[in-house]
Amino acid sequence: MTAGIVATPPPQTRTATIAATRSGPTVSRYSLLGGLSVIVGILIWWALSIINPAGSLPSPWAVLVRFGELLVDGTLLPDLGASLSRVLTGFAIGTGLAVPLGFLMGWYRPVRAVLEPWTQFFRMIPPLAIIPLAIVLMGIGEVPKVFVITLAAFLVSIVATFQGVLNVDRTLINAGRVLGASDLTIFRRIVVPASLPFIMVGMRQGLGASWATLVAAELIAAQAGIGYRMQQAQIYYDLPTIFVGLVSIGVIGLVMDRALLWADKHLTSWQERR
Amino acid sequence: MTIQGAETPKIHFDHVRTVFELKGEPFVALDDFDLTIGANEFVTVVGPSGCGKSTAMNAAAGLLMPTSGVVHVDGEAVTGPGPERGVIFQQYALFPWLTVRQNIEFGLELQRIRKPERREISDRMIELAGLTGFADALPKNLSGGMKQRCAIARAYAVNPSILLMDEPFGALDALTRVRMQEQLLDTWAQEKRTVMFITHDVDEAVYLANRVIVMAANPGRIHRIIDIDLPYPRTEEVRLSTRFAELRNEVWNSVYHQQSAITKG
Repeated sequence: MTAGIVATPPPQTRTATIAATRSGPTVSRYSLLGGLSVIVGILIWWALSIINPAGSLPSPWAVLVRFGELLVDGTLLPDLGASLSRVLTGFAIGTGLAVPLGFLMGWYRPVRAVLEPWTQFFRMIPPLAIIPLAIVLMGIGEVPKVFVITLAAFLVSIVATFQGVLNVDRTLINAGRVLGASDLTIFRRIVVPASLPFIMVGMRQGLGASWATLVAAELIAAQAGIGYRMQQAQIYYDLPTIFVGLVSIGVIGLVMDRALLWADKHLTSWQERR
Repeated sequence: MTIQGAETPKIHFDHVRTVFELKGEPFVALDDFDLTIGANEFVTVVGPSGCGKSTAMNAAAGLLMPTSGVVHVDGEAVTGPGPERGVIFQQYALFPWLTVRQNIEFGLELQRIRKPERREISDRMIELAGLTGFADALPKNLSGGMKQRCAIARAYAVNPSILLMDEPFGALDALTRVRMQEQLLDTWAQEKRTVMFITHDVDEAVYLANRVIVMAANPGRIHRIIDIDLPYPRTEEVRLSTRFAELRNEVWNSVYHQQSAITKG
């Protein structure tokens, strides 16, 4: 489970290419290479911790031991649980609002005209920059954190959805019309499935953004959660705990992204992939 | 032998004019397009790009409204798409998330035809299109020719009396193309329909049609109408006959030796 510190940046950095799938006869050879890369990364980390130029880098073993301790003393799982429930709640609300609104934006010009300046404007503000405002207005309970995550997921998903609707092939809509489809039918049976690949990319990016935002939000104000635990560890100069936090964040982010990727592959398997 | 009931206009383009806005400038895509197509006639439309041939077809399909003039189908003004007019697009326009059968049944479902009957029709169409064994395949697993056959089957399924085809074989290789032309004529001979077929291929235009409409560009308009007095069924013999060559040359000349005349004029 120690995927190594190499696997740090949250997965939302992946760009919005649709046909981003890897497959082919050499897949197993490449995944072997990937596994090897992880092992080498951990070995380098180990070597660095032995040489220890900074004088404080914990070894992978020390981090693993601390991981076990935190698991046994019952802090790690509740922390992860608190963080995950926040991120999933915020993500669900955010995308739940963004997808229908994105459809409306893509389908109705007036709706787009009204909403687009706002989505573009708020997209430029990192959700983290909203935290001070959210704390002042909503206190330090669950609400401001879930709000900030909701915002992060919402902004990414709404743009992806509306881009998806704009990108629906006109010929498919015309093909529907000449076969006698009403506007509602065209929307339900053509626009929705045709924009699904875009929405899935948006959801993956949204989930990545939510996860990154959450951890940062917990660093600032929380009584539980993985970010909170790292913040506490920082006070006590407890580097192994900080590393446990970092690795957990990376691994969980990766697992969530893979889950969405898997769902994407199954929901949009009709796509011609290159 | 040829056009039965050509007196009853199936499609009538009544002085259709279409103007688009192109980079802020008005662009006349189609100017004074006046044409009558009889029932069960097979008309092909050829011309250089930008001559408005697709615009004319889209006006008949009800996908775009003319700036002035009107298209009548069966005596009624066209205000939108209708099930009596089947349209086949160059880019196939199959729904990629639906299987061959689901694509073919799409229009039937919209007409609320019940499942057993839908199934019966789609079975027949799949066989007609030579897609037996591919009923449950997704479009991404079909070749270009198979995709277009599926698109044709989807249009046929709702049993339109008019087929509007916009360069349907344009993306296919030469051999597949000839096969598709033969199949199209076969099915047309079995169940007569009025066909308006857009193409940029002169051979194809002559081989298929009762009449070839040659268009000119800028503004898009009818340049010449050439009657094709070749007998049906059109066989390879017809394709290799001297009369075919003559007609082909005539159409070729009126398509490709018109631009210089315009630039001079």
